[in-house]
Amino acid sequence: MKLSKETLISWYKKMLHTRFFEAQVDAFFAKGMIHGTTHLSIGQEAFAIGSTAALYADDLITSTHRGHGECIGKDADLNRMMAELMGKSNGYCKGKGGSMHIADLEKGNLGANGVVGGGFAIAVGAALTQQMKKTGKVVLCFFGDGASNEGSFHEALNLASIWKLPVVFMCTNNHYGMSMSVARSTAVANIADRAASYEMPGITVDGNDPIKVYEATLAAVERARSGEGPSIVEGITYRWLGHSKSDANRYRTKEEIEAWKDRCPIKAFEKYLIKNNVISQQESDEITAGAKDDIARAVEFAQQGSYPGIETLEEDVYA
Amino acid sequence: MTMALITYKEAVRQAMQEEMRRDENVFLLGEDVGVYGGAFGVSLGMLEEFGEERVRDTPISEGVIAGAAAGAAVTGLRPIAEIMFSDFITIAMDSLVNQAAKMRYMFGGKAKVPMVLRMPGGSGTGAAAQHSQSLEAWLVHVPGLKVVMPSTPYDVKGLLKTAIRDDNPVVFIETKTVYNKKGEVPEEDYVIPFGAADVKRIGRDVTVLATGVMVHRSLEAAEILAKEGIDVEVIDPRTLVPFDKETLVKSVIKTGKLIIVHEACKRGGFGGEVAAEVMESEAFDYLDAPIKRVAGKNIPIPYCMELEKSAVPQVDDIVNAVREIV
Repeated sequence: MKLSKETLISWYKKMLHTRFFEAQVDAFFAKGMIHGTTHLSIGQEAFAIGSTAALYADDLITSTHRGHGECIGKDADLNRMMAELMGKSNGYCKGKGGSMHIADLEKGNLGANGVVGGGFAIAVGAALTQQMKKTGKVVLCFFGDGASNEGSFHEALNLASIWKLPVVFMCTNNHYGMSMSVARSTAVANIADRAASYEMPGITVDGNDPIKVYEATLAAVERARSGEGPSIVEGITYRWLGHSKSDANRYRTKEEIEAWKDRCPIKAFEKYLIKNNVISQQESDEITAGAKDDIARAVEFAQQGSYPGIETLEEDVYA
Repeated sequence: MTMALITYKEAVRQAMQEEMRRDENVFLLGEDVGVYGGAFGVSLGMLEEFGEERVRDTPISEGVIAGAAAGAAVTGLRPIAEIMFSDFITIAMDSLVNQAAKMRYMFGGKAKVPMVLRMPGGSGTGAAAQHSQSLEAWLVHVPGLKVVMPSTPYDVKGLLKTAIRDDNPVVFIETKTVYNKKGEVPEEDYVIPFGAADVKRIGRDVTVLATGVMVHRSLEAAEILAKEGIDVEVIDPRTLVPFDKETLVKSVIKTGKLIIVHEACKRGGFGGEVAAEVMESEAFDYLDAPIKRVAGKNIPIPYCMELEKSAVPQVDDIVNAVREIV
């Protein structure tokens, strides 16, 4: 598949944005500047960015508690993301949502979700709107390997299939639902194998290769857009850091983590871009430095924001 | 205003039909709502008028019924989703409580979720413990939801129209034992605002606040008591969230006595909330007797019809409670 230089560079940038955004969040969390909990997707950037690249700007997504990459893939404003994580009123949710509830309805991001499997039915409903209103838009429903064991997975995939809804179920298979490995938790080897139960295509790809992810997603998106119904696209990847801030990594080995770090999706993509003469090493360094600057600006924006006033506490419960 | 005598069930159907004719974004989905006409026949004939696209039979999947309604609502449609029995709300709770109810707040006011979740509630059909519950108190507890519980054909039609036009998730609990009860309903378009209680009977001696089928039993009790010279005021809040505290407080100030009647289990029931509202209000100083709750026993609904009857308040229970208090 021929992808333009601009396209590939934009993906590279978004992967870097995701990595640096989350590294910054991790650092702020350690300093107590971000509170609650936060779920980082470092190591999984290729799946979030490669998949959302297959969408038009007005297509939709639902995302997960580990959804910063998907937000960035869907062109979220880094400034407002960082401000939201710091609980500021200039954040995406005016400081009321935090990391797990970033939504940008204008850009088709129907929200991250704090409940594992909570996005399936919402995505199906959003896809129903597109079908009934004949908008031609498609919904990408992100979920993790763990979520595929929730009942909501079954209800949603069955309904999407019988109604041939324009939705693609995007499984970020990072090997673990918190501490429970896919091998221990799941009766099938690949989550995409479950597609057979719903008479839909299911494909498993290398989730650390954004081009492979893009190609598989695009095929599923085009199928959905043409009215042929849903698919599962599963990307095999790995979460480098703990599940959340309470994770002591007791369920996996250092060797395993290091082996996956050696397969860093960003380093691999950089290598690919340079080898194929898309960019030079110097250009890569410049893009990297630029991405770091963007995060620094986001931090500045967030720090300049004020905390929401107490008068906003009871606002927006009802429309 | 021209009035027609129709059943509660027909009033629900008319509200849906009229709103679906008025607004193409309104549609109905649920289990067996199409050719079957709904488990209680509420949507009979709607498939013929609106077609399969807008009267959608779903698989037996309450979680995705409620969740898809939320997803459709947040993207521009106005779904009416039917849960066949209110008992099955348990299966839809994540979609309703963690998703639909909270989207607006947790997204900082960006989302609107204009959906209605209709469900018949209550006992009296001999269907035992999993098809007879009154679970409204659970839903009242969740910020972001509105909870409606109409008792008459007039109220159910006007309130369902308001629910469909509301931009929030509305849980609409229909009283299944009055589905076939008739009442006068205007033929013209009308709506009833949320948060407006209705004084179903004006009285001066004691205030009875009742919900659902208990409104009818309280009115019956009031007629019996009238013959004894006891004048009962019966108030139907009609919507539990928002709750019309003002009408109740005014009534209690007048009568000095309050009995709350509901079918749901007494423990943790809506009656406790109503009592607390009155205790915290200016009506407290006017109370001449402790507030009484006449409510369902704290048991699952039993199968045997005689046991079932004893599990929830009957007319005699209300009559006796009033006699004790006045």
